[in-house]
Amino acid sequence: MKIMYFAWVREMTGKPEENIELPEGLATVHQLVAWLKLQDDVYQRAFADESMIRVAVNQEYVSGDGPISNDDEVAFFPPVTGG
Amino acid sequence: MIRVQAEDFDIGVELKKLTAGDASIGGLCSFVGLVRDMAGSDEISAMTLEHYPGMTEKALTDIEAQAQERWPLNGTLIVHRYGRLQPGDQIVLVAAASAHREAAFEACHFLIDWLKTKAPFWKLEDTPDGGQWVDARDTDAAATDRWLQPGISVPTDADSAE
Repeated sequence: MKIMYFAWVREMTGKPEENIELPEGLATVHQLVAWLKLQDDVYQRAFADESMIRVAVNQEYVSGDGPISNDDEVAFFPPVTGG
Repeated sequence: MIRVQAEDFDIGVELKKLTAGDASIGGLCSFVGLVRDMAGSDEISAMTLEHYPGMTEKALTDIEAQAQERWPLNGTLIVHRYGRLQPGDQIVLVAAASAHREAAFEACHFLIDWLKTKAPFWKLEDTPDGGQWVDARDTDAAATDRWLQPGISVPTDADSAE
């Protein structure tokens, strides 16, 4: 799975993207975030307030209960501020 | 048509291209967003726009398609820049062309409102205190929701996630 981070989420995780092998049993965005938080403190801090995080799976917005699989591109970022 | 680019754009050239060869267009409405030199009480010396290549183009194409579905439009255009910009620089151009002005005005307004809350861009402002990420504004979300009121049928996506 490819995970991407943008704006201050990228700054807090310290990387624009990473590739992981999705562990068995992780089926939703929420579960992925919970798992990431267990891996390292940087994710604890980046995802401290999940209401401030938006998620896209394969470049489409999804909610926290959106399904994920190992072939997906998952992106985490703050609410958008273009225009 | 949509375009995401680092370079500046020429409004006159873009609008001429949009209407060229279609004499059934009676109205063309455009909006241009610029970099301000102030954010609240902070002086802005520069702004850096980050985006999500790939998803940005998909989101803008979707926003344009929704406008085309809602109004009888002869053409629409979204040009959005990324990278480092200075106060006064152009950030975004949206335009809508139609036989009559009402559709052109409304579609243009819709395009910029939806773009602001749906296209994956983020603004980082250089202030005297350092770089500050711009927060999303509730008023922008309200401006988007305005187009979802009863009687207005816009296809809705799951556009946010907790």
